Amino acid sequence: MSWSEFFAMKGYALYVWGSYGVALSIFVIEIALVRHKRKITLRQLRLMRDAGEEE
Amino acid sequence: MFYGLAGKLVPWFAAAAAVLFAVGLYIGFFVAPTDAVQSEAYRIIFIHVPTSILSMFIYLVMAGYAALGLIFNTRLSSMMATALAPTGALFTFIALWTGALWGKPMWGAWWVWDARLTSELILLFLYLGFISLHASIEDPRRADRAAALLAIVGSVNVPIIYFSVKWWNTLHQGATIKFTGTSMQIAMQQALFTMLLACWAYAIAMTLLRVRSIILERERNTQWVQDLPEVRS
Repeated sequence: MSWSEFFAMKGYALYVWGSYGVALSIFVIEIALVRHKRKITLRQLRLMRDAGEEE
Repeated sequence: MFYGLAGKLVPWFAAAAAVLFAVGLYIGFFVAPTDAVQSEAYRIIFIHVPTSILSMFIYLVMAGYAALGLIFNTRLSSMMATALAPTGALFTFIALWTGALWGKPMWGAWWVWDARLTSELILLFLYLGFISLHASIEDPRRADRAAALLAIVGSVNVPIIYFSVKWWNTLHQGATIKFTGTSMQIAMQQALFTMLLACWAYAIAMTLLRVRSIILERERNTQWVQDLPEVRS
């Protein structure tokens, strides 16, 4: 079975790859967002601590 | 303490999820045979069913933690509920999306006001309601309580989704996977079960990672947070 046949999914390519494509991108976006949330939370903590020390 | 433990667990669950996804997709696309009736379209099952199962399971776990937080006033339980909600909402959206893309070739319609589809859509709104309600209240403790009430009340919807295919004659297929076993071909079962474990490990990794940030935010004035290496550096 050639790759092109595989990706054609016997004519259901749009539906199959539409499903998996969206699911994969949602997972990737969620991972990026959660990691980003951690970075900015840590940055806020450092800013607060520096601000605290200046008083 | 939990913060440190969660930190150690995240990489393990993330790695497990990655491996399980790879194996599950491999079996699902290269080992499992073509379906007699649905040809290749049925392969959507390997993402649709696990995300649907998890959308319901995560909601129950979320409602459980929210109830614990409400009853015992344990902040960590409420934080876990808050951490679970976004991942649960995303799984519900994927379940609806993949269901629509599977329904179009098989039933000829992206959406049908069918008992199961409608109750799953309500589940999505419950998740979004939980997230927005919690975000809209300034004081975290009051936000936990308010959102917990919504989660607990909303949990009645989960059995409705699960049994909807039995109670009403729905267009949606009946339960293919019953606890008593399934009529599915062996490779299909293996792919489905592997993908379910993959989504489960992914959900845990995401939730633990998110809860760590929530803990840092809400415990920012504590000494132990200030002493954390990642905060000091």
